[in-house]
Amino acid sequence: MIDPWILAFSAITVIATIWMGFRSAKSSKSASDFFVAGRSVSVGWNASAISGEYLSAASFMGIAGMVMLSGYDALWYPVCYACGYLFLLLFIAGPLRRFGAYTIPDFAEGRYDSPIFRKIAVCFVLFIGFFYTMPQMKGAGTTLAYIFPGLPYWVGVAVVGAVITLNVALGGMKGITLVQAVQYWIKMFAISVPIFVLLAVYGGYGKNLSLNQAPGELAAPPALVETVGTVAAPATPPGGIARVALPENAPPDTNWISPFGPLTSKAATAAGLSPEESKPLSLLYTFSLIVALVCGTAGLPHILVRFYTNPDGVAAKRTTMWVMILIGVFYVFPPIFGVLGRNFLPELYTATGSKGPDKVVLELPVLIREKYGILGSVLSGITCAGAFAAFMSTFSGLLVSMTGALAHDVYGRMLRPQATAADRMRMFKWCAVLIGGISVFLGTLVEPLEINFMVGQAFAIAAASYFPLLFMSVWWRGMTMRGAAIGMLTGGLCALFSAALVNASTLALDKGPMGKLFTGFAGLNDFWKAHPLIRILAEQPAIWSVPLAIGLMIVISKMTKATVPSDIRMKMLVLHAPEKLGLKQEYIDEQHGAAH
Amino acid sequence: MANQSPDHDDFIHSEEFLHGLMRRQLRLSVACAAAFLVVLFGLPIMNYLAPEFMGQRVGGFTLTWLILGVLFFPFVWIIARIFITRSMQLEDAEVVNAATGNEQRKS
Repeated sequence: MIDPWILAFSAITVIATIWMGFRSAKSSKSASDFFVAGRSVSVGWNASAISGEYLSAASFMGIAGMVMLSGYDALWYPVCYACGYLFLLLFIAGPLRRFGAYTIPDFAEGRYDSPIFRKIAVCFVLFIGFFYTMPQMKGAGTTLAYIFPGLPYWVGVAVVGAVITLNVALGGMKGITLVQAVQYWIKMFAISVPIFVLLAVYGGYGKNLSLNQAPGELAAPPALVETVGTVAAPATPPGGIARVALPENAPPDTNWISPFGPLTSKAATAAGLSPEESKPLSLLYTFSLIVALVCGTAGLPHILVRFYTNPDGVAAKRTTMWVMILIGVFYVFPPIFGVLGRNFLPELYTATGSKGPDKVVLELPVLIREKYGILGSVLSGITCAGAFAAFMSTFSGLLVSMTGALAHDVYGRMLRPQATAADRMRMFKWCAVLIGGISVFLGTLVEPLEINFMVGQAFAIAAASYFPLLFMSVWWRGMTMRGAAIGMLTGGLCALFSAALVNASTLALDKGPMGKLFTGFAGLNDFWKAHPLIRILAEQPAIWSVPLAIGLMIVISKMTKATVPSDIRMKMLVLHAPEKLGLKQEYIDEQHGAAH
Repeated sequence: MANQSPDHDDFIHSEEFLHGLMRRQLRLSVACAAAFLVVLFGLPIMNYLAPEFMGQRVGGFTLTWLILGVLFFPFVWIIARIFITRSMQLEDAEVVNAATGNEQRKS
């Protein structure tokens, strides 16, 4: 029972994406085109492209799903996704642009004169990358399962993965820039237009929120009776909104609309603590989440690379400003879907995985089919198109940056430095296939996990590894390679290990196939019940892993003081001095001079 | 060491210039970051300490939802705008500073 409108809109988006990718493939023949889009992209295009790439399945589908599921606490995600950009702007964007290394591993090597460090940095591009591709794959599987009812989740993942891998292998990054920019606008259109229609039908943002009873408020007026457990058809009060009754396992209003609700107090509630006792733990969870998301943005490898597509530092800053506006405006909308979903599509609470709240964005518009016929399908088709734009653009961005790291850094610099440009391009294509394949495989495992949550984990790992690396390398001249490496490795691996552990224990609880795969970890859940504090720290590791990384960097750098690069002053000048002074060129000349 | 460029003793390459440059840049960045972080971390604290105040209704929203779901974004834009303008001014000032410094060294 495939809805033709939904299918049509989705198909158009996918085909247009692929077509644009192939068209650009014709004009991207040189290796540098493949890697950083010929370094010749304007502010407007670049800002749209960065925004497009930034708004992944998490932003498009995941936030709405999480707001529907967990309420107020989920709002930290969109806000911090936007704020992280500010952090990037304040501390990292300018210096990195001035330094001008091709990729982040390049920066790591250039700043510390250390090829070994390059290898370590490349590993993290891959670690973080895979944690980020998994939620995109879930988005893909969920969307395809929605469009083609009855299609197994893993088929959706495999099909989308294959299409994008092909696109990347043939077009590199230049194709991606154009695609990303257009897809931002598709997403923006797709998230806002249906909302305007839905709000017109169902009442405003504030009005819908007012239906959810906050603590201390009187119970809803009799006309809006909620019946817990049985579905009741509420009478529509005059001038009011008819809200559908919530199923039993939905979070109650007072928890949902308040801070320290289901998301942040999960561990504490599981441990049987009272609301009063669990509030401090929820506060801790909130702080750790904020640190992860804000610092993590500044450390995401596939976003940072985009700065190198600006012609100069001033353009880089302007681009960032526009990115913040573009993504900020976008982020107002997904929570509205969550709010409306709670009021009008609460049956999603009873389902999990690809049939649960994560698909509220896709399904909500269909509700108006009864009164407005085709318009409902059209709007749903639009949101599906947006979802495709979301996970396709992010996945391809990730694929390019991960493949670039593997092909450019591992193959081109470490294994075979004398490879020809043609060799490198071929290697790029093979690496793209390899990484695409692994992403698809991992994607099939994560159906029971929430999209947005997984992205938060990727951020946490980036926050504990790349962020301290970049921040300290740019602002402290006393950093040594060993300090940076040990700090990054320890922080990053600790965060990764914690996140993986929590995921494994959650998967063990799944009633579907994943539960069987991960049964070994089921015992962990009892441990979490007994020690909610540890669970919180494991689930949101940023608040301890980021200071750990920075602390280690400082301590070890001081201990290995002698290995500070000898031309450190020159390096710092290149990072900080205005580009007009021409110190960068001097630096490059000196490097070449020293090499002979 | 390999060829030293002839004016490596000039002001631009001096410790003084680098130190001043980094200090001024860091100060601007930290100031903007502080303004932002106070609100960012302040909000959960307010939610914790004053839940009734933060839970009051404003046009259907609770106050805290309105802040976090809508108002935070323009706030971030304003800080970004201020930072960009100031940092570009700072950069221009540094170029002038470098030139004057060089002059002074020569004379």
